[in-house]
Amino acid sequence: MFEILERQDMADGTVVLNEISAPLIAKKAKPGQFVILKANETGERIPLTMADTDQNKGTITIIYQIVGKSTALFKSLQVGERFQDVIGPLGEPTHIEKLGTVVCVGGGTGVAVLHPITRGMKEIGNNVIAIIGARNKDLIILEDKMKAASNELHVCTDDGSYGHHGFVTDVLKDVLDEEDVKLVVAIGPVPMMKFVCSVTEKYKVKTLVSLNPIMVDGTGMCGCCRVSVGGKTRFACIDGPEFDGHEVDFDELMQRLQAYKEQESVAYKKFLHK
Amino acid sequence: MTEKPPKKEKIPRQPMPEQDPQIRKRNFEEVPLGYTKELAVKEAERCLHCKNPSCMEGCPVSVDIPGFIKSIKEGDFAKAVRKIWERNALPAVCGRVCPQEIQCEGKCILGKKGDPVAIGNLEKFVADMEREHGNGELPPKNAPTGKKIAVVGSGPSGLTVAGDLILKGHEVTIFEAFHKPGGVLVYGIPEFRLPKDIVYSEVSTLEKLGVKVECNTVVGRTVSLDELFEQGYDAIYVGVGAGLPRFLNIPGENLIGIYSANEYLTRANLMKAYLFPEYDTPLARGKDVVVFGAGNVTMDSARTAMRLGADRVRIVYRRSRDEMPARSAEIHHAEEEGIEFSLLTAPIRFLGDENARLTGVECLQMKLGEPDESGRRRPIPIEGSEFKLECDLAVIAIGAGANPLLTKSTEDLEINKWGYIVADPETGKTMKKGVWAGGDIVTGQATVILAMGAGRKASDSIHQYLTWGW
Repeated sequence: MFEILERQDMADGTVVLNEISAPLIAKKAKPGQFVILKANETGERIPLTMADTDQNKGTITIIYQIVGKSTALFKSLQVGERFQDVIGPLGEPTHIEKLGTVVCVGGGTGVAVLHPITRGMKEIGNNVIAIIGARNKDLIILEDKMKAASNELHVCTDDGSYGHHGFVTDVLKDVLDEEDVKLVVAIGPVPMMKFVCSVTEKYKVKTLVSLNPIMVDGTGMCGCCRVSVGGKTRFACIDGPEFDGHEVDFDELMQRLQAYKEQESVAYKKFLHK
Repeated sequence: MTEKPPKKEKIPRQPMPEQDPQIRKRNFEEVPLGYTKELAVKEAERCLHCKNPSCMEGCPVSVDIPGFIKSIKEGDFAKAVRKIWERNALPAVCGRVCPQEIQCEGKCILGKKGDPVAIGNLEKFVADMEREHGNGELPPKNAPTGKKIAVVGSGPSGLTVAGDLILKGHEVTIFEAFHKPGGVLVYGIPEFRLPKDIVYSEVSTLEKLGVKVECNTVVGRTVSLDELFEQGYDAIYVGVGAGLPRFLNIPGENLIGIYSANEYLTRANLMKAYLFPEYDTPLARGKDVVVFGAGNVTMDSARTAMRLGADRVRIVYRRSRDEMPARSAEIHHAEEEGIEFSLLTAPIRFLGDENARLTGVECLQMKLGEPDESGRRRPIPIEGSEFKLECDLAVIAIGAGANPLLTKSTEDLEINKWGYIVADPETGKTMKKGVWAGGDIVTGQATVILAMGAGRKASDSIHQYLTWGW
């Protein structure tokens, strides 16, 4: 189990796709849910929201950015090798329903998580406008898939090297001005989600975000992933990972994501020098 | 005049040799070093072999205590451990973590005038002898019945059920959500109190007997109880524990450096964060640590923090010493290792710096009032007594509640208002046909041996159901 059947480098090698054999999880997983992966005996448990599943093949797909030791270790695994442990599906699935016009906003590897949700939103009959962004052209992922999954796709780059020159929020404002948008789904780096929410709040458009706090067990047992939503403490692993973005305390989330910055850098350096 | 026979010299309770506190407080090796054969035999000789042994009444799984002690006295340690196995599949665990002082040893007749027989130490001794020097001979198994049982959760109650039912000839599969089996024995109880190799060895004995262990399976997510029945299981035992951390619900609780005991101990024990960076999971190493609570988990957390290099570890508890629920041996061990106690102290808010890192906790002094519904004297705040405790790491070890993950996904499993599964206390039968439950998910957070006792009752009932159909 958990053998890597396909592997792909994306975005200049800073992002990797793995298709992993996990029939039990593939059978149950729905868009928006995540898995926890552990590469080997000494590895840590890393939560990643699934980018795709294939029930017939019995596989799940994850797409992740290399940000430290654990993801670098994941990257080093080749086709035919396996993850020691994969646990899931975890978290609540996205509530996909027919609403009218839905805008799906993705940044960085968040686009990978956004893709199955976008597809689901379109399949159920929504008019889906997708907006994806990255720092530059090379870091844009899944453009073709997002185009196929939506009715209209806008691509943005911070440096103007491709598509619209600017942030996803710029395009989002234009869309909100022109269309009767019923729901915005925003998945990406925390600052992006925060800015999207501050825009949509002004337009009073409900906005779902998918949060990625640090986790351990992923089953509600430890409380590591606690986030403040509407002034209440919620566990992203069992209450989320999706929440109403207008209620999320993004600043607290950003701070909590820094909890192990020092240790993470020690571990990464040690790994790179091995 | 006839000469009186010389009075038999009274043997004192043989103390357990232990690692020196000053040394052990900085390592994760086991604290008790274990009896030698000589010490064990000498201790066993203290047993009076009462006709109506009250020690057995104190044991939730009714181990034949005088029986196994007699074998130790005779030097037949293999026979002694097999005597325990008749009632308890996990003696190496129970010898270490049972609260003997309120169970078997608490009832020992010798305890009335002096020290009771060290039953726990003897149990640990024979289990360790078997593991290290035994011939590996397994207990006999009944002929296969063709019945299949799913055990959900591999903690003490699940392991007990699995061990009982495999011997009765049934097929048993354990499903565990974590990547390693053992439940609280592995994620919760620290290495220095219960070495993980011992737990894995107990699990591996069950595997040799034919029990299948499926890790990474979150029942309720990966597979539901009804799907397990569809897969052909005839009965299911749910022993998923009390896996929902309680927080203090005071301001500042989400600052960096504040952990639930579940998280702190899981990182340290299951994920081996004390070996970081050899192991990848990090854990904050506080210099000035406070731990809230007064139970065994509180002591475990405090002693772990000390081993991770703290200069100072304080246990903060809102009542007084007399109300502390931890085993006296655990409190004693903590004190020996330099853990301090701030009693009659209640936290009111956490304080942090500009990076949201914990710097302290504001507390109130308390006094004790009349007993509350728990029978313990209620702590009452003393007005105007606010003061600040400085700290850079805090662990909240005030208990755990019912984890809703499985019960929420199983509609016809009745739960009470606290979220615990409703089950017959005598049989473990739930309101859902073919499903039994026991341990912390039924009773709320309790001890390893009580969970095992519940597992024993449930396995008897499951066996009856599978044999007779009721």
